[in-house]
Amino acid sequence: MSDTSSRLRIVWIYPDLLSTYGDQGNVLILRRRAELRGIPTETVHVHSSDAVPVEGDVYLLGGGEDRPQILAAERLRADGGLKRAAERGAAVFAVCAGYQIIGETYGDDAANPLPGVGILDVRSNRGQTRAVGEIVADVDPALGVGRITGFENHQGRTAIGPSARPLSTTVKGIGNDDATEGAYQGQILGTYLHGPALPRNPALADLLLRWRVGQIPPLQPSWGETLHEERLAAALR
Amino acid sequence: MSELPLRAQLAAALGKGAASLSRATGRGDGSVIGGRIALKVEPDLLSKLARGRRLTLVSATNGKTTTTRLIASALRQLGEIATNEHGANMPTGHITALSNRPNARNGVLETDEKYLPQVLRETAPAVVVLMNLSRDQMDRASEINLLAKKWRDALAMSDTHVIANADDPLVAWAGLGARNATWVSAGQRWKEDSWCCPECGGHLKRDPDPHWECPECGLRRPDTTWAVNNATDTVTDPNGQEFRLQLHLPGDANRANGVIALATAAAYGIHPEQALPRLREIESVAGRYTSIVTSGVEVRLLLSKNPAGWLESFAVLDPPRVPVILSVNAQIPDGKDTSWLWDVDYTVLRGRRVFVMGERRTDLALRLETDEVPFEVVDRVDQVIGRLKSEQPDITKIDVIANYTAFQQIRTAYGRVQ
Ligand SMILES: [Zn+2]
Repeated sequence: MSDTSSRLRIVWIYPDLLSTYGDQGNVLILRRRAELRGIPTETVHVHSSDAVPVEGDVYLLGGGEDRPQILAAERLRADGGLKRAAERGAAVFAVCAGYQIIGETYGDDAANPLPGVGILDVRSNRGQTRAVGEIVADVDPALGVGRITGFENHQGRTAIGPSARPLSTTVKGIGNDDATEGAYQGQILGTYLHGPALPRNPALADLLLRWRVGQIPPLQPSWGETLHEERLAAALR
Repeated sequence: MSELPLRAQLAAALGKGAASLSRATGRGDGSVIGGRIALKVEPDLLSKLARGRRLTLVSATNGKTTTTRLIASALRQLGEIATNEHGANMPTGHITALSNRPNARNGVLETDEKYLPQVLRETAPAVVVLMNLSRDQMDRASEINLLAKKWRDALAMSDTHVIANADDPLVAWAGLGARNATWVSAGQRWKEDSWCCPECGGHLKRDPDPHWECPECGLRRPDTTWAVNNATDTVTDPNGQEFRLQLHLPGDANRANGVIALATAAAYGIHPEQALPRLREIESVAGRYTSIVTSGVEVRLLLSKNPAGWLESFAVLDPPRVPVILSVNAQIPDGKDTSWLWDVDYTVLRGRRVFVMGERRTDLALRLETDEVPFEVVDRVDQVIGRLKSEQPDITKIDVIANYTAFQQIRTAYGRVQ
């Protein structure tokens, strides 16, 4: 946890710009799975007019439409807080538009490359077709997460540079490029599983918690695990 | 209309024939198929059918079917009205509505958000009504910022008179593209899609509600001449005169629909005193707000398709001792993506008996568990009634909130109640 506090500080970046598909779900599940294990949490909502605090433990970025995505990237670059937090070793979980803008470059609606925050070695741009639907992928075994399920809805295609690794191999759906899905580099993680990716994948939420607090006890399976199994079965039927 | 060119008359007649065939064979109400055939014969048919009439187009994410219905009943005192009551809100449905009433001088057409610019160009309406824009069926709908931009551009090219909700920043920004506008303070409960300035992206200052302004570019809420007051159930008109609404339809969302309908009726020269009695007569719209009485229990059906709609429905739930059933599907008409369930705050349901059903009830279960709202998982409405009756035989009411196909399934189970 952060040096200055005994609480797990969850920082939700720009809910006013990047919160299009139930992204709040990731904040709520992370908080709940920490608190069920007796880890106190503090959640900070950072609006696009506010400075990004540097002292957080987990930073969450959600999805957004084209124009809000560009505004969010410009403001994050000008602010510099997220980059400094990442350099301090904070965990970052970024979804969809958020995933694209924490990379080196991303594309605008005319596929012009624009500069990202540059904390994850990926380059994204607009593809020919829109990827919409259920997605299933097997996460890099080094992360101990297993199979993940989600819903994707994006036109982006993402190439992974030498400093990052693919998060997973796609079983169904498009993800980065029809072969891999998402990327990670240290404790910075991006994915096209939009909106409530952590509610649908409790193991992914626990990975972020382990990154910040070390070993954590397992929880009694509940509705999150049921939903995970149900969505996997439905997608692969 | 008798002055229609021969080809257009033929197209309209063919369309009507197909529509009655579709109804006779039980395949639908005919609105869409009739219009589709007619359009093949005469691509300009919609413009031709619209010519010479005073039309109103009604568009919004939520409430457009209900508001169209309210406006139509107010306008009926002027004579015959052309309207798409069955909610067929794309050009094919508009063609059917206009062909069915060739002699109606006035009309009101519910219009799909995406089609508004096209229908605006083709029908040259006297009035365009804009109420709200929020996230809806994101797996196939247009991005709403883009939609607002298209509305704004289309309005800038037309002479139409806009009647718009000034309290919704995206809608107001779109309406500001028009040359003539009447601004209504109709309220906005769901604000999660309008924290950013539609003009420059700045973070809007939204205090005190319903005021909003952008500290970066100066865009601000237009001054309004009509306003609804939810606390007193009243509407104030441009002369400062107050009227009690007293609608049958419940909730603030319907008060918003009501004030918009009154402002639209006024644009046709109908005074609120004349319009209100007609608005009050409406008890349900295509099954929405209908109550079914079964085994002595009144089951009220609320249709809500997106987070803004769910928030409005939570606000009209009966007192906490009335149980509520939430039902969610994710078929194509609902949107295949249930992410939006995480945008809604369910903590207001604490202390109430809650049941979840529908094809995506597991999503609902996890969502409620996360908000620490106790719930029970069920398969059908009658199962809930049975369980409740065995526990408390004097139970009299249940509310149901369901999204599109979940709502239709419940309606069908109880015999297609209107
Ligand atoms: Zn502005």
